[in-house]
Amino acid sequence: MNSNNLNMGAINYQPKTLLQRLKWLDWAYAAVLFLGAIFAYTKYGSYMDVYEAGFLFGAAALFSYLGWQWKAIGKLVIAIAVISLFSISLYHGDQARATQAFMLRFLISSQSAIMWMNVLFVLAMVTYWFAMYKRSDFAGKVASSLTWTAVLMGFVGLMVRWYESYLIAPEVGHIPISNLYEVFILFCLITSLLYLHYEQKFNTKQLGGFVLLVINAAVGFILWYTFDRHANGIQPLVPALQSYWMKIHVPANFVGYGSFSLAAMVASAYLLANKGILATRLPSLEILDDVMYKSIAIGFAFFTIATILGAIWAAEAWGGYWSWDPKETWALIVWLNYAAWLHLRMVKGLRGPVLAWWALIGLVVTTFAFLGVNMFLSGLHSYGTL
Amino acid sequence: MSSMRFAVSMLSVLGIASIIGTVLKQNEPYENYIIKFGQFWFGFFENLGLYDVYHSGWFLLILLFLIISTTLCIYRNSPLMIKEWRTFKEQATEKSLNAFSHQAIYPTSSNLENTKQQLTQFLQAKGFKFKFKTQTDGSELIAAKAGTHQRLGYIFTHSAMVIIFFGGLLDGNLPLKVQEMLGHKRIETLDIPESQVPEISRLSNNNPSFRANMTLPEGMSDNVAFVRVRDGYLVQDLPFRVALKDFRIEHYATGQPKSFESDIVITDPDLKTPLTKTISVNHPLTYKGIAIYQSDFQDGGTKLNFKVWNLFTKDAQTQNLDGAIFQKGTLGGGVAGEDANIVKVEYNDFRKFNILNLTPDGKGKPHNVGPNITYKLRDAEGQAREYVTYMQPMQIDGKHYFISGMRETVQDEFHYLRIPVDEDFAIDGFMHFKATMMDASKYPIIAHQLAQNAIANNTSANKDANVKQQFEDSVVQLLRTFSQGGYNQVAQVIEKNVPVKEREIAAKTYIKMINVAALEAYNMNLAANKKPLLVNNPETQALIQDSLNAFSDMFFYGTPYYLQLEKFEHKQASGLQLTKSPGEKWVYLGSFLLVLGIFSMFYIRERRIWLLLKPASNQVHFAMSSNRKGLDFEQEFSLYREQLKSVLA
Repeated sequence: MNSNNLNMGAINYQPKTLLQRLKWLDWAYAAVLFLGAIFAYTKYGSYMDVYEAGFLFGAAALFSYLGWQWKAIGKLVIAIAVISLFSISLYHGDQARATQAFMLRFLISSQSAIMWMNVLFVLAMVTYWFAMYKRSDFAGKVASSLTWTAVLMGFVGLMVRWYESYLIAPEVGHIPISNLYEVFILFCLITSLLYLHYEQKFNTKQLGGFVLLVINAAVGFILWYTFDRHANGIQPLVPALQSYWMKIHVPANFVGYGSFSLAAMVASAYLLANKGILATRLPSLEILDDVMYKSIAIGFAFFTIATILGAIWAAEAWGGYWSWDPKETWALIVWLNYAAWLHLRMVKGLRGPVLAWWALIGLVVTTFAFLGVNMFLSGLHSYGTL
Repeated sequence: MSSMRFAVSMLSVLGIASIIGTVLKQNEPYENYIIKFGQFWFGFFENLGLYDVYHSGWFLLILLFLIISTTLCIYRNSPLMIKEWRTFKEQATEKSLNAFSHQAIYPTSSNLENTKQQLTQFLQAKGFKFKFKTQTDGSELIAAKAGTHQRLGYIFTHSAMVIIFFGGLLDGNLPLKVQEMLGHKRIETLDIPESQVPEISRLSNNNPSFRANMTLPEGMSDNVAFVRVRDGYLVQDLPFRVALKDFRIEHYATGQPKSFESDIVITDPDLKTPLTKTISVNHPLTYKGIAIYQSDFQDGGTKLNFKVWNLFTKDAQTQNLDGAIFQKGTLGGGVAGEDANIVKVEYNDFRKFNILNLTPDGKGKPHNVGPNITYKLRDAEGQAREYVTYMQPMQIDGKHYFISGMRETVQDEFHYLRIPVDEDFAIDGFMHFKATMMDASKYPIIAHQLAQNAIANNTSANKDANVKQQFEDSVVQLLRTFSQGGYNQVAQVIEKNVPVKEREIAAKTYIKMINVAALEAYNMNLAANKKPLLVNNPETQALIQDSLNAFSDMFFYGTPYYLQLEKFEHKQASGLQLTKSPGEKWVYLGSFLLVLGIFSMFYIRERRIWLLLKPASNQVHFAMSSNRKGLDFEQEFSLYREQLKSVLA
C-alpha cells in the first residue's frame, strides 16, 4: 500500500511526454493531414520536384506537430481546409464565378475572404481596447474569437488565391507569398498567431489591443494597396522567384518580422505600464518583459534561418550566397540589431525600459528592411514596388 | 577587445557602416558617380571606397575587429563554458546553499537511503543528471543539472561567426587586393580586345575563387570571363570553353518574362564528348568546381535596316541605312552639300519586346508595344545625343503615333516626338506633310487657296485685290516663320512685333491660320498621291493638330535624321556568371552551427538543483539556480518546491 502511494506520487510529478498525451483524436487529426498530403501527391505529384514533395509531407508533419502541441491550431487547420475546399468546389473551375456565385462573391472567394479578414481585425482591435477599458473578461474572449476568425478568413483567402492563380493559367499558378500584397496578409496572420499563442500561455488579453495596432497598420496597407493601387491582382512569377526555396524562405522571414513587431508592441505596453499608464490594466512588468524576450528570441531564431535559406537560394539563383544587395544588407542590419539586444539581455542581464525602447526602435529598423528597402532602394529584391 | 561592450559596439558600428552601401548604389560605372557628385566629391568618395563599401579596406577592418573580438571571447570563455557544461557543482556546501535566493528546507522522517532514492527518482523524472557527494559532517549532497548543453550554444554561435567570416574571406577579394598592392596585378580600364589584355591583368586557372561574367552571343564561344573591379576589369582564364547554342526568353500571356534559358556546350580536353546543358535562373550548372549561372541577357548584335528621313528637307526622300547593334555607322555624308551634317551613329540596344503601361492613369494593363532601338548620334564636335525609337506605332489616348525619344545625357528623361500615323498607319503621310511645310515654293499656292476659300465661304468678304494680296503675303510670311521653328518661332515673332495687348488675339489668329494652311498642305499631298482628301471634321482637326505639334517638336529633336526601323534580324547574347567559391561550404557549416547554437541558447534552459540530506537534523535542504532566471524559472522552482514537499512528506 505504501509503495503504491509512492508510485502515485511519482506519476504526479513526472511530466507526460508528448506521445503519452496524445489521444485518438490527435492521431485522427494527423491521419487526416497525411491522407490529404497523399491525395495531393497522387493527384499532382507529377508536377512536383523532390523538394516540393518533401515540403508537402513536411507540412503535414509540421502541422500535425503544431496541432498536437497547441490544440487550437489543429482546429484552425481543419476549419481552413474545410472552408477552402468548399470555396474551391464553388468555382467549377471558372474564375469568373468569384464575382457571380453568391457565397463566393460575399464570403469566401479569395478577395472577399481577405476583406473579411481586414474587417475582423479592425473589429478585434476595437473589442480588445473596449475589453481593457471595461476590464471585461467576456469582451476579451469575444476579441480573441474575432482574431481567430480573422486568421481563419485570411488563410482561407490565401488558400483560395493559390487555387485562383492556377485558374488564370496553369503556368501562372504559385503559392501566394510572392508580392507585397500577399506577404502583408501573411504578416497579419503570422503575427496574430504568435500573439494568440502568448495570449493563451500567459492569459494576456490586455495586450491584444497593442498587437492588433501593428496588424491593423498592415491591414491599412492592404486596403490602400487594393483600392488605390489596384495591386491585389495575381501576377505571374518572375523567373528568379520560380523556386521551391520561396516556400520556406518567405514564411520563415515573416515569423521573424511578425515576432519583432509583436515584441515592439509589447515593449510599448511595457513602457506605458512602467510610467504608470494603464498599469493596473496591463499584465505585470515581469510578464511583459518575458513575452518581449521570448518573442524576440523566436524571431531571431527564425530570422537567422530565413536569412540562411535566403543565402542558399541566392547562391542558386544569383550565383553568390551573399551579394551585399540592399535587402541582404538590411537583413544583416536587423540581425545585428537584435543580436546586440540579446547580448545585452542575456549576458549583461539588462532589463527594463532601455531594452523596451530598443525593441520599439527595432520595429523601425525591421519595417525599413521589410518595406523601406523596396520603396527607396533598388536591388535584386525588387518584387514589390510601391 | 574581448569585452562585451566592445562586441556590442562592433555589432552597432558594422550595422551603421552597412547602411552606407545600401543608400549609395554600389559598383555603378564611375562616370555615373562623376555626374552625380562632381569631380571633387567623386575623388573624395572614391578615396573613402564608397563605391564598393563592402570590399573597402576600412569595412574589412571593422569585420576583422569583430572577428578578433569574437575569437578572443571564445578563447576566454570557452574553458569556462566547458567547465560549466561538465560540472555538477558538487562542491557546494551548506553555507553556500544558504546564500541562494531560491531554496527551501523540508523535514524528513524516513532514513537517508530511502530519502535519497525518492529524491533521485524525482530528479530522474524531471530529466536531471546528478552526482552524490558525502560531506565531511556526514550529510549527503545530491548535485543535479539539466540543460547544460545550453553552454555549448555559446561556443556554437560564436565559432559559427568565425567560420562564416573565414568562408567569406576565402571568397572575398582580399588576395586580389594584396596582389594589387604589391603590384602583381593591375586592373585594366581600357576597352580593348581580350587577347590584348596584358598578363598583369589576367587571372589564371589556379585562381581559387572568383565571380566573373561572360557575355556570349548566340553561336559564339569563349574560354575567358571578366571580373569587374571598380572602374575596370580583370580577365579570368577558364579551364574549359563555353559555347552558347541558343538563348530563349519565354513570356507569359500577359507579356512578362517567364523564363530565361541558355543552351550551353562545354568543351574541354578532359571531356570525351562536349557537355551539353540548358541552364536557367535557379538552375545553374557546376563543372570543375565552377558554377555557371544564367545572369542576364543583352543584344548579341542584331542586324538592322533603317529608312532615314531628313526632317528639315523640302522633300520626302529617304536613304537606306544598315547597321548592327554594338557597331557604328555614319549618316548624312552621301548627300551633297550636307557634309557639315555628318553624324556618327552608335547602335546600342535592340529590344524585341517592350511591356509598357500606356493607359492614361497608369492603372490599366501593360502590354507589348513591339521592338525598339536605342542609338546615339554623335556630331562632328563629338557631342552625342541618345535616341530611343519604337518600330511600330503606339496607341495613346485612342490615337496612334510613331514614338521617338531624345535625351542629352543619361540623367535626363527622354523627350518624345509623337508623329501621328497616316491613313495607312504609316509615317509617310507626316513626312510628306512636313516636306510641303518646309517647301517655300508651296506657300504662295497654299496662301492663294486659302484666300479663295475665304471668299467662297464668306460673301461679305472684301474682294479687293490689294487686301487679298496682303492676306496671301501674310500667310506666306507666317508659313515661312513656322517652317523656321514651329510654334516657338511664331511666338517669338509675335513677341517682337505685336504690342502686348494684341498678342493673345494675334496668336489665336495665327494658330488658326496655320491650322487651315496645314490642312491645305496635307490635302495637297493627298491629291498629288491620288488619295481621298480630308474633310474638316474633329478627327481631321486632331490629325492636323498632332502633325503640327510633331512639326514644332522636330526643332527640339536635336537632329534632322529620323531613323525608321524597317527590318531586323534578331540575335541575342546570354549573360553568364561564373563563380568559384571555395568558402561556400564553410559558410554553410557556420550557418548550421549558428542555428544549432541559437536554438540551444534560447530553448535549452540550464538549471541546477542541490539537495543536501542532513540525517543529523532530519532535514533536506533544497536549492535551485539557473544562469538565466526568468518567469519560467520562477514557475519551475515553485512547482518543484511544492512537489518535493509532497515527495518528502
